[in-house]
Amino acid sequence: MTKYVIIGGSAGGIGAVEAIREVDPVGTVTVISEEKVPQYSRPMISEYVSKEATLNSMKYRGDQFWKNNNVQALTGRAATKIDFTKKQVELDGGDKISYEKLLIATGGKPFVPRMEGGEKDGVFTFTELSSAEGIEAKLEHSKSAVVIGGGLIGVSASEALVKRGIKVTLVELKDNILNLILDKTASDMAEKVLTEAGVTVITGQTVQRILGKKDNDGSVGGVVMTDGKQIPCDLVVVAIGVIPRTELVKETPVKLNRGIVVDRFMRTNIPDVYACGDVAEAHDFLINGNRLLPLWPLAHMGGRVAGYNMAGKKAEYAGGTVMSSLKYFDLLTIAVGTVNPKELDDYEVLVELKPEKPVYKKILLKDNVIVGFIFLGEIEKAGILLRLLKNHVDVSTIKEELLSDDFGIVTLPEQLRQEMFVVN
Amino acid sequence: MPTNHGNKTMKRVSIKEEACIGCGLCQVYCTVEHSKSKDPIKAYRREQPQPLSRVRVETNKPHSISIRCQQCKDTPCVNACLTGAMTLDKETGLVMHDAEKCIGCWTCIMVCPYGAIKPDTLSKIVVKCDLCPDREVPACVANCPNEALVCEEVNP
Repeated sequence: MTKYVIIGGSAGGIGAVEAIREVDPVGTVTVISEEKVPQYSRPMISEYVSKEATLNSMKYRGDQFWKNNNVQALTGRAATKIDFTKKQVELDGGDKISYEKLLIATGGKPFVPRMEGGEKDGVFTFTELSSAEGIEAKLEHSKSAVVIGGGLIGVSASEALVKRGIKVTLVELKDNILNLILDKTASDMAEKVLTEAGVTVITGQTVQRILGKKDNDGSVGGVVMTDGKQIPCDLVVVAIGVIPRTELVKETPVKLNRGIVVDRFMRTNIPDVYACGDVAEAHDFLINGNRLLPLWPLAHMGGRVAGYNMAGKKAEYAGGTVMSSLKYFDLLTIAVGTVNPKELDDYEVLVELKPEKPVYKKILLKDNVIVGFIFLGEIEKAGILLRLLKNHVDVSTIKEELLSDDFGIVTLPEQLRQEMFVVN
Repeated sequence: MPTNHGNKTMKRVSIKEEACIGCGLCQVYCTVEHSKSKDPIKAYRREQPQPLSRVRVETNKPHSISIRCQQCKDTPCVNACLTGAMTLDKETGLVMHDAEKCIGCWTCIMVCPYGAIKPDTLSKIVVKCDLCPDREVPACVANCPNEALVCEEVNP
């Protein structure tokens, strides 16, 4: 009986459990998670705070998941050390668990820069249920919030808080919100819906320090911006980014770049040790190399691939790339790959803009291959484009059709079309 | 021969591209089948939110084709789903969508290689072909005038 140990019980760990159990119903599977209820959907924290979801409805898998998969779930426990020679994981209580196959799926943690006043009561991050619960406990007595960081998590936090009647100021250091995902046009459209919903967006600046309340009770009272202006608030959400949780493998033989480096089978450089999700640097099919891509779907897929390989069924990770689907204030947007290249001259750009709808579509091509696209407003056929991008398909014969309303499977070259319906 | 796997059969709709005349009746019957009233006039004119077809007829003359969820074996939508709303029924091989768990994040739309999942922007969930669970033969297949759509029983 193979002994599997998985550190982390979120998207990646769950994917691995499901894959292992498809192949090996009898091996022992132990999952170590610092979370008491690991099986919730982290992307739904926003829905939880906005009260569009409850703790129960945000479960990614049911409460019986661990039991049904015959998993020993050590929840509320932390792995503190890995001995790769003895093949043992040490836990916070000092007890040790032996493994034959190990998956490191420790995820990411919010990056919180050192900042004056950062220790005050009312400063939160937005990636864990405990943060959401902390925010919830404060909301009743809060009127306003400052969200630091205009990326995916910062905008999610802003949306959730404004839906709860909080006056929100979103602060982004760069010139545009969502600048790692969208181009300027799409970012402006997203900013417009945020502003219309009542969020104040400040770009080109950040928060210098966090102030206390006048009565000096240790709680947040406001922030000072880089230009010296003060904004009063009761809550601060820090959403600058996430960094891989690599503590367990620092100063070990595990090959580490910014994240744990894994091959197409999610193997690290150490035999029988795998990694996936936000902690791993895995394959990106666009750059054809390894890259940190802290995205829920990719963590789950990486976990599945790791699980199959751990259980002895060869599986190759198809990879991912920068790919996001947004729904902020009902503005449907899908953005994939390179949308903001530095050297625009190297690319061919197809654009369609109907601001009144609003609809915005932009496709970037390099040597007749799609390398990135934004579909805003009309998103139904985005997946067809993703497939063309992923497979590096030469689209020179159908270029004119890509933005047309009639574009679809029927537009694809016959051979490609045939392949799609033979697969199944 | 129908394949029985437990009590469930493995239904699939296959498309004969050369027989499709692009009439769009599959879309109409799909819409009606997924309406509350199951009546074409009411479904199209009165029901709010208006029921959506889970089938899309695409035309690129002289070709036309009727697109719906292909129940992919590698289930990209299930793997990408943020909430657990999209699942694979291991007995039937069908990709099931739980509207209660769906939050309309559109991640499944991003990864569907067929573009076969639709955003229902009013209900803020996605919809896709469910092979008409209340019918022996899916509505699109039963009403295709040129037999371009065929319902088959396949092996698991």
